Amino acid sequence: MISQLRSMWLVFRHLFTPRVTVEYPDEKPYLAPRYRGRIVLTRDPGGEERCVACNLCAVACPPDCISLQKAEDENGRWYPGYFRINFSRCIMCGLCEEACPTYAIQLTPDFEMCEYDRQNMVYEKEDLLINGPGKYHHYSFYHVAGKAVGGKDKGAAENEERPVDIRGLNL
Amino acid sequence: MSAPLLAQLTTIFGILTVVVLLAALLTWVERRLLGLWQDRPGPNRVGPFGLLQVVADMIKLFFKEDFVPHFADRPVFILAPTLVMATMLLGFAVVPFAPGIGIVDLNVGLLFVLAMSSLAVYSVVLGAYASNNKYALLGGLRAAAQTVSYEVFMGLSLMGVVMLAGSFNLREIVTAQEGGWFVLPQFLGFVIFFIAGIAESHRLPFDLPEAEHELTAGFHTEYSSMKFGMFFVGEYLSVILISALITTLFLGGWLGPWLPPLLWFCIKTALLVCVFVLLRAALPRPRYDQLMQFGWKVMLPLALANLLVTGGVLLWLQ
Ligand code: SF4
Ligand code: SF4
Repeated sequence: MISQLRSMWLVFRHLFTPRVTVEYPDEKPYLAPRYRGRIVLTRDPGGEERCVACNLCAVACPPDCISLQKAEDENGRWYPGYFRINFSRCIMCGLCEEACPTYAIQLTPDFEMCEYDRQNMVYEKEDLLINGPGKYHHYSFYHVAGKAVGGKDKGAAENEERPVDIRGLNL
Repeated sequence: MSAPLLAQLTTIFGILTVVVLLAALLTWVERRLLGLWQDRPGPNRVGPFGLLQVVADMIKLFFKEDFVPHFADRPVFILAPTLVMATMLLGFAVVPFAPGIGIVDLNVGLLFVLAMSSLAVYSVVLGAYASNNKYALLGGLRAAAQTVSYEVFMGLSLMGVVMLAGSFNLREIVTAQEGGWFVLPQFLGFVIFFIAGIAESHRLPFDLPEAEHELTAGFHTEYSSMKFGMFFVGEYLSVILISALITTLFLGGWLGPWLPPLLWFCIKTALLVCVFVLLRAALPRPRYDQLMQFGWKVMLPLALANLLVTGGVLLWLQ
């Protein structure tokens, strides 16, 4: 009985404590930078699309809401021909961001994406693509990866040794 | 129609309308208070302070589909929710709000209220039975068992008050408290009646008949629209009725200095209603067997002891 009275008293005291909620549409709550909301596709510092259409995000996605198709440009760089996220199925789990080897796909702290028409929840590549690098300012996949593309040969990446010519080795 | 009859009808409809409106308003009061106690504002958007939330809810309930499942026992299913409202409103007939304000002055007023508030359980049991649904049936069984157990000492706990006042008439019980409120000599009776009152109105923490976490919604699982609304209003009516009864029996009814009697009555009742809400905010629901054990093994002996001691002391004083 005492413990019941005590908990009633403790709850009663909350009448005089400040409220922890904010009145949302009038006052926006603070969201952490890594809050998981609307998904964007970012570009590397050179302004090129980061996504290399590896499909890892689509594989990782639990509700299977990412769909994309690989295409290749004249330099041999891969990019998604189309890239589609169905936000009416996305559960904002962030697994796509974790799976992505190029930091291309990122979640942002924007969650206000209601629509009256379900079809409008399907975002195409032009809706997803942004002009900046997102959370990782200096990262560029092709500058650190060993793959040769137009304008960057093998061994030209940062911290990469020149390829070894095995026929030149005197074994 | 003669003038006194007309006056009487006006009082009856006046009081009943006010009481039903208050019950509806209580849905808003409860949510606001719960909100504050949970560190959030509660419904505050519709109208000033969110007061019109009640109206919005009413409109919503009226426009919901009034669905009767095809497997339900149709007449009983429809009858059940009206019973709780009817019995609760009848219970208000004998409540003395202030000198001269009240519907009837029965000399068995107390018994009448007790009878009406126990009749209300038929509404729950019948509704549960007519729904033909497992969860509802379990809820109904619980309600029946709970009422049977708590009814026993609910009545017994009041006998002390009756002995002190020497009357079953609620008005006379109030006037008998002019020397001092019965909550002091009958503190144990007050506590027991309060607990029984919570069980009687199926309010948290004794809301086992509807226990959302185990029984989806218990006895009103199959109910929708205004039928559900009537169960809801019935529950709030019984909260008000129990609070009004406690005020009348233990807290001196309309007695109080300076302010007009009716205001005193309303203030005391309103504070008790807030305590009901606080209970809901603070306490978890006991397990069903704990509830039964508590009733039979703790409350009943306590009520009997209270009765015995009160009787003994009264005899000794004579
Ligand atoms: S956040 Fe989760 S659900 Fe949404 S697209 Fe990424 S992996 Fe799929
Ligand atoms: S967004 Fe990332 S994981 Fe998905 S296809 Fe493009 S590069 Fe691969």
